Amino acid sequence: MNETTPTLLVNDLRFSYPDGHQALNGVDVVIRRGEKVALVGPNGAGKSTLILHLNGILNGGEQVQIAGMPTTRKNLPQIRAKVGLVFQNPDDQLFSPTVFEDVAFGPLHMGLPEDEVRRRVGYALAQVGMGDFAGRLSHHLSIGQKKRIAIATVLSMDPEILVLDEPSAGLDPRARRALINLLDELPLTMLVSTHDMLMVRELFPRMIIMDEGRVVADGKTAVLLEDTTLLESHGLEKP
Amino acid sequence: MHVNTFDRYESRQSAIHQLDPRVKVVVTVLFIVANALLPDGAWLAFLAAWALLLFVSGAAQIGLGWLLKRSLIVGPFLLAAVTVVFTLPGNGLAQWQLGPWTLVPTDAGLLRFVSIFIRSWLSVQMAILLTATTQFPDLIHALHHLRVPNVLVSIISFMYRYLFELANEAGRLLRARESRSAAGVNGRSSSGGSLFWRAKIAGHMVGQLLLRSFERSDRVYNAMVARGYNGRLLTMNPHHMKSSDWQLGGVGVVAILLIQLVARL
Ligand SMILES: Nc1ncnc2c1ncn2[C@@H]1O[C@H](COP(=O)(O)OP(=O)(O)O)[C@@H](O)[C@H]1O
Ligand SMILES: [Mg+2]
Repeated sequence: MNETTPTLLVNDLRFSYPDGHQALNGVDVVIRRGEKVALVGPNGAGKSTLILHLNGILNGGEQVQIAGMPTTRKNLPQIRAKVGLVFQNPDDQLFSPTVFEDVAFGPLHMGLPEDEVRRRVGYALAQVGMGDFAGRLSHHLSIGQKKRIAIATVLSMDPEILVLDEPSAGLDPRARRALINLLDELPLTMLVSTHDMLMVRELFPRMIIMDEGRVVADGKTAVLLEDTTLLESHGLEKP
Repeated sequence: MHVNTFDRYESRQSAIHQLDPRVKVVVTVLFIVANALLPDGAWLAFLAAWALLLFVSGAAQIGLGWLLKRSLIVGPFLLAAVTVVFTLPGNGLAQWQLGPWTLVPTDAGLLRFVSIFIRSWLSVQMAILLTATTQFPDLIHALHHLRVPNVLVSIISFMYRYLFELANEAGRLLRARESRSAAGVNGRSSSGGSLFWRAKIAGHMVGQLLLRSFERSDRVYNAMVARGYNGRLLTMNPHHMKSSDWQLGGVGVVAILLIQLVARL
């Protein structure tokens, strides 16, 4: 991989669900190393469907490439280590009895030795500011704490790109603020789907607007947010 | 709504709490099996088993009253054993007239019943001690590393994690039903509607819960796959047998064997 290979390349991706509904109608996205990109659009635009393609949960084949590697069946184990996918509901992401086990799950299934797994768990929890929580029981945490731990569960895999689906949904103002600060500090390539336009303006220099399974705009956040006609025609509001 | 069915852990710093969970599981299971093997009326052995139990609860700093209260759950199960008092052949102790039936409690029946009572009561208390001194996740680990089949351990683990979510979801559905079943204009039926109506709603709710759990299982599976799960669940063993674990476990096993010996002398 050389310097110009994009971290994420999606090329004319199409997908219909088994019930025949066409959720993606030819999506193109290129994200380069170090970029932090927001993915916005109304409910049903296809954001979550796109995200499920990024590590092969839905099969994108050659149409999706991570750091130059197509998401074919053979590559999936490596792809999954490169793409840190955090789902919307942290209760789905945290499926182990304790926080430690959840954060250790990724590295352990990547086949890393136990010492390295332990080291990564400690590091990932420290990164999200939850260093003291390793021994805690997942179901006793607050929703804000669960979100941070959910992010730690993929940071421990040391991913090339962090992909979050609606991370600030359902958070109270303080938990939301903590999350924004955390995302701001993480030195990682990011693609974040969200309805939180204030967060978009604050955190993401670049934004992609999706509607009806297509990318309808892709550019500088500062510019796109001034285009009220564009925003309104896709059910969005200027913050 | 919050269920605490599994969270019976009593946090202390005792030697029993610190003991490797595998040792605790093995000794507890041995204790229970050995108990079941004690003959009827082996009073001295029962006493010895009880002494062992008292010793463990003392070492674990678990109060006797607390243990006793928890052990009351054996009550309903013992009802099933009451019949042996009347059905086992032996010398009649009395005659009770109950409508058309005559009940004759026998001495052999009574002996059997009291023995069953003591054995199950002791066993249940030991099991309660196990859960009071071991965090549930550690129990799951112990089962895993004692080579209990992976599928079983996974089921227990997911049940532990998601029972809470399920209960929360049920709670939300119940609240939604309550807020929509106001009393009629004439003030009748405070919980809303006929029995039939409520049964129908309950049926819908169970269906909803099933559907939601099913969808959740799909999302959880996705989350596992996204982090590299490929059909083989791996866990780390956070425990290492120390020499004190071996020693205490050994003492437990010897004590259980001695109790058997006492019963058979
Ligand atoms: N499992 C599914 N089966 C069928 N259709 C689905 C499924 N998941 C999502 N869809 C449909 O695909 C479209 C895109 O959904 P989604 O990707 O979840 O949108 P977004 O995340 O942007 O809200 C919607 O019309 C939705 O109804
Ligand atoms: Mg979505």
